[in-house]
Amino acid sequence: MNITRGFTGRPRVDHPGLPPGQYDAGDEWPVLSAEVTPDLAPADWTFRIDGLVADPRTWDWEQAHALPASAYEGAIHCVTGWSKFGVRFGGVCLDTFMDLVRPDGSATHAVAYSHTGYTANLPLADLTGGRAWIVWEYDGRPIPSEHGGPARLIVPHLYFWKSVKWIAGLRILDHDEPGFWEGNGYHARGNPWEEQRYSGD
Amino acid sequence: MPGRIGVGRQAASVWRTATLTEIRRETPRAATFRFAVPGWPGHVPGQHLLLRLTAEDGYVAQRHYSIASAPDDSRYLELTLDHVAGGEVSGWFHSVARPGDRVEVRGPLSGFFAWPGDRPALLLGAGSGVVPLMSMVRHHRTRGLSLPLRLLVSARSPEELIYRGELGAETLPVFTRSAPEGVAVGRMAAAHVAPLLAEAPEDGWEAYVCGSNSFAEHASRLLVAAGQPVDRIRIERFG
Repeated sequence: MNITRGFTGRPRVDHPGLPPGQYDAGDEWPVLSAEVTPDLAPADWTFRIDGLVADPRTWDWEQAHALPASAYEGAIHCVTGWSKFGVRFGGVCLDTFMDLVRPDGSATHAVAYSHTGYTANLPLADLTGGRAWIVWEYDGRPIPSEHGGPARLIVPHLYFWKSVKWIAGLRILDHDEPGFWEGNGYHARGNPWEEQRYSGD
Repeated sequence: MPGRIGVGRQAASVWRTATLTEIRRETPRAATFRFAVPGWPGHVPGQHLLLRLTAEDGYVAQRHYSIASAPDDSRYLELTLDHVAGGEVSGWFHSVARPGDRVEVRGPLSGFFAWPGDRPALLLGAGSGVVPLMSMVRHHRTRGLSLPLRLLVSARSPEELIYRGELGAETLPVFTRSAPEGVAVGRMAAAHVAPLLAEAPEDGWEAYVCGSNSFAEHASRLLVAAGQPVDRIRIERFG
C-alpha cells in the first residue's frame, strides 16, 4: 500500500453497497456522454431486437408502453468513480422483449446501440434474468434527454457506460464484439465489484 | 463514432508512482502539478489518466484527470487542477501537496478524445476544460505543425483564464463576468463559432469540446447550428 502523505479522505461511513474505488455521489447525477445530445421525440423513438432471434421485432413508443410495466430501484455505478443510491427507473424489463423475439440457442452476446450510433457489448446473461430494463421514467418523471431520454437501457449491475442512452436496439450475436468504449480501452464486461474498468483489468 | 487512436491493452493496467516535482499557480483557483513518472508509456494529447490517493487506513480515492502537458517529453506529466469546494482529492493537492510527495497514476486512458495532430482541430473549452485542449495546443507548437488549429476558450475573467500567458494567436478568449477594456462580456455565442466554421479547412474541422456539462451542451449545440457534423464533435464532460 502506497500511503499518500497527509491524505485522510473526506469523513465517511462504510456503505455496503459501494463497490471498490467508488464514492457516493449523493444527490448529484453527473452527465457523461461523448456525443452531442440528440433531439429525439418520443414519437420518433423506436426499439428493435434482431440478429440471432426467431422473431425480430421493432416497437414504437406506444407499443413499448403497452407491455407490462417494471421498475428498478437501487444503485448505479459509473466507471469515472461515482455511485448513486436509491435511484428509481420505470419502464419494461428486457426479459419481456426477449420473450417475444426468442433468441436462438447459439446466441451468447448482444450489441446494444443508440439512435446516435453509440454501441456497447454485453453478454446475454447480463441482459436477462431480471437484470436489465428499457426505461423512460426517472423518479416518476420522463428521463431528461442528457440522461438518455426519451428511453434508455439500464443494466445497473454493470458500470453505467453499458446502460446505453437513447437506446435504439439490440443485435443478438453468437460472439462478443467490442462497443464504443470497449474499443477505446475500456473493459469488455465492466463489473464494478471486480473493478473491471479498463482492458487488462 | 470511432476512436482517434488505438489503445494498448496493458500499458493502462499498471499503477505507477508519480513524484510531484513542481507546483505552478495558474489562477486563484487552479494550479499545475508537475510529476516525474518513471516508466510512463507516453500519451496522445487529449487523453486522461486515473489518479489514486491512499489514506493511512487504506481508504482510496480515485479521480480522472486530463493531461495538460504535450507528449514530447515522456519524463514528466503535468495536470492542472481546479480547487473544488470540499474536493477530497483537489483539496489535498491544493492544501497539502508539496514537491517530493508521491501519488499513483495509471494510463493514459481512452483513445476517443485524443488528437494525434493529424487533422485540423477546432477546440472549444471552458474553465478547466481547457486542460486537455492545451495539451493539443502545446503539441501543435512543439512539433511545429502547420495544419490549422483554433482554440475558443471561455473563462469568467482574465484572472481566471488558465494558461493566460501562454495562449497565442490561435486562441480567442471569451469572458463571461468581466473582460479587459474594450472586450465584450458574455457567453460563448454563434458569433464566435460561425466565423471559425466559415473559414474551415477543405475537409472540415475535427471539433473537441471540453468543460462542465452545461458548457458542453451549449458549445456542442452552437457547433451543430453552425454546420459542424455531429459525428465530428468529440465531447469530454467534466461531470
